[in-house]
Amino acid sequence: MPIKVLYFASLKELFGCAGQQLDSKGLTTVGDVWQQVSKDREYSQTVLHSVNQEYADLDTLVKAGDEVAFFPPVTGG
Amino acid sequence: MISIIETAFDPWQSIASYQKKMQRDGEYGACATFVGTMRDFNQGDSVNGMLLEHYPGMTEKHLEKIVVDAEKQWQLLDTLVIHRVGELLPNDPIVLVVAWSAHRKDAFEACRFIMEDLKSKAPFWKKECVVSANQQTQKNRWVEKNTSGY
Repeated sequence: MPIKVLYFASLKELFGCAGQQLDSKGLTTVGDVWQQVSKDREYSQTVLHSVNQEYADLDTLVKAGDEVAFFPPVTGG
Repeated sequence: MISIIETAFDPWQSIASYQKKMQRDGEYGACATFVGTMRDFNQGDSVNGMLLEHYPGMTEKHLEKIVVDAEKQWQLLDTLVIHRVGELLPNDPIVLVVAWSAHRKDAFEACRFIMEDLKSKAPFWKKECVVSANQQTQKNRWVEKNTSGY
């Protein structure tokens, strides 16, 4: 089962899509997923992350079937 | 109750109808309310519209967590959180937070806590339509961060 990756707001525009499916092989942490999708590109703004809809750190562990999301600082309310 | 809605709402009507349905008459002595409304300016520019995006699923989950955290810290009888998403116009209400309690301290403090946590952590993003000074051109830009509430 793959890892489901989602992007929101300005990151969705930067990536040009709302998300993608990744083969979980070789991906242990959120940081690994970010490295794979961002391809080491530099982003001027802060990027936040979540795993299965809860805030996570770059060293949070991921596994097949997880939903991992990347998004900019929130601006609701 | 937590509600994410795509259509315009009247917060005062929402409070009145929810309070009626709550069936806690006689129990609450305090109802603290915050209503956030869309301005027609931001960072010195005129704004004539806004798109509010969110992360369906995580938004509801996070708001539920905030309310549970508030219920642990204050004596609350009920809470109501309504947040708009989609296309908004200036003067549209964006968010409503209401806390009912027997006494004002719990209601005021819980309402503030829920609102501040929502502003800083709930996964919503605003994209505003900015109009140039001569009203000739407009462009869309993401709001990069919320102002500090304190």
